[in-house]
Amino acid sequence: MENIKPEKITYVSDDLTRLLRDAGYLELCACIQCGTCTGSCPSGRRTASRTRSLMKKVQLGLKEEILSDKELWFCSTCYTCLERCPRGVPVTDVIISLRNLAVKEGYMQEPHIALCKMFYNTGHGVPINEEKWKKLREYHKLNELPPTTHQYPEAEKEIQTLLKSTEFDKLTGVGDYEKKKGEEES
Amino acid sequence: MASNDSKFALFLGCVIPNRYPFIERATRAVFEKFKIELVDMKGASCCPAPGVFRGFDIETWLVVGARNITIAEELGLDIALMCNGCYGSLLEVNHTLKEDKEKRRKVNEHLAKIGREFKGTIEIRHVVDIMYHDIGPEKIRNRTKYGRKTPLNLNLAVHYGCHLTKPAKLRPWDMECENPTFFDELVEISGCKSLNYKDKFMCCGAGGGVRGAFKELSLDYTREKLENMTAAKADVIITGCPFCHLQFDLGQVEVNNIFKDKISAPFNIPVLYFTQLIGLAIGMTPEEMGLIKSPELKGVPPFTPMKPVLTKIGDSA
Repeated sequence: MENIKPEKITYVSDDLTRLLRDAGYLELCACIQCGTCTGSCPSGRRTASRTRSLMKKVQLGLKEEILSDKELWFCSTCYTCLERCPRGVPVTDVIISLRNLAVKEGYMQEPHIALCKMFYNTGHGVPINEEKWKKLREYHKLNELPPTTHQYPEAEKEIQTLLKSTEFDKLTGVGDYEKKKGEEES
Repeated sequence: MASNDSKFALFLGCVIPNRYPFIERATRAVFEKFKIELVDMKGASCCPAPGVFRGFDIETWLVVGARNITIAEELGLDIALMCNGCYGSLLEVNHTLKEDKEKRRKVNEHLAKIGREFKGTIEIRHVVDIMYHDIGPEKIRNRTKYGRKTPLNLNLAVHYGCHLTKPAKLRPWDMECENPTFFDELVEISGCKSLNYKDKFMCCGAGGGVRGAFKELSLDYTREKLENMTAAKADVIITGCPFCHLQFDLGQVEVNNIFKDKISAPFNIPVLYFTQLIGLAIGMTPEEMGLIKSPELKGVPPFTPMKPVLTKIGDSA
């Protein structure tokens, strides 16, 4: 892949070119649209989502069309397409980077925002948020709280410091940004 | 590698400690039998989940993953974990930061704010990998000789889960991800038969944030897998990941509900995490392996009844 210079990808939009260059995904330029990815995709079996088309759209630089489409979130990241691609395109990784870009542009699924809130508030994507989960742990002869952020409030603070430091709170509208939004609306 | 091969730092993640604690219970008990010490990682957080948080912001995923790794680095121990999602995240964060000095520098700038530093001194291991490569089939087999009086004799539908084998590059399975057999070999030590079934290596549907945002789509994967497992006459589904486990256990009830017009009959296949099966095979009780549901607690797993398997192995408690 060393022979392909980013400058040669003239047909890709500026933003997407930058994304691909930063992420080191020049391999995508080698995509020959064979369709192995689509043929391997368990999500495409039951939806209209077509990985091959998505890769083509990236090459064509159809940024808004890609990022605003909820189909970008239909991939369960099973990595079968990445393993099978005969041109070595890290397809799944490209999709993950596209999702990062979609989030930056404000395209996020509601349930995913809820997950970010739990992550920020507790350090867990799936926290102990009901008494029954403590009781279930005790029933299985474990401490009612695991030795994670749940048992250590200072660890929970560490997570919040990091999420502020990377501006994840601003990006996903959690923590102080959730409060600000609430104040604006009220 | 951080040297001590009979001692690991235990990374719990989220779904196991907070929803499926019997996986933690069974794994701790089985590892104790093989004299492997599991040390708690105090204050660990979500890995962070590769399907969602990595998809939202790769930098945050690297930073929070690195923080978790520093907890094990302080203990001087390699990490043992029980979840394919945690495996995918921590294995790749660890590798990326060991290899890429620029990314490591940036991550350490963030970590400095909480007085931590990623050093790159440990390895990330899945418990399937530790049982297969460190303890080894021979030692487990020897132990089963002193185990049960009656053989288990179940037909198993093993579900590997995607991130146990893929991407293959960093994983300890000799680049095999299209047709691996290590997990089947491991669980067959129990005396059970691991079945071949259609699309055995297909995803359960839970990952990538799909279960969270598009539940019906995610459950349609599960429906297809359950149909193929049923066609092969599976008695039990075996998992090595709590999120796949949840998808087959709670998801089975959901599939029976939302696809009732699409399926010929409701599914009823109990789901076991592989350490629960190994534990039974070496003579531990269904109770010790967390197979007996609490009579008092409502709305907790296992959601798919365990009774068929308990009856079949003659331990109906």
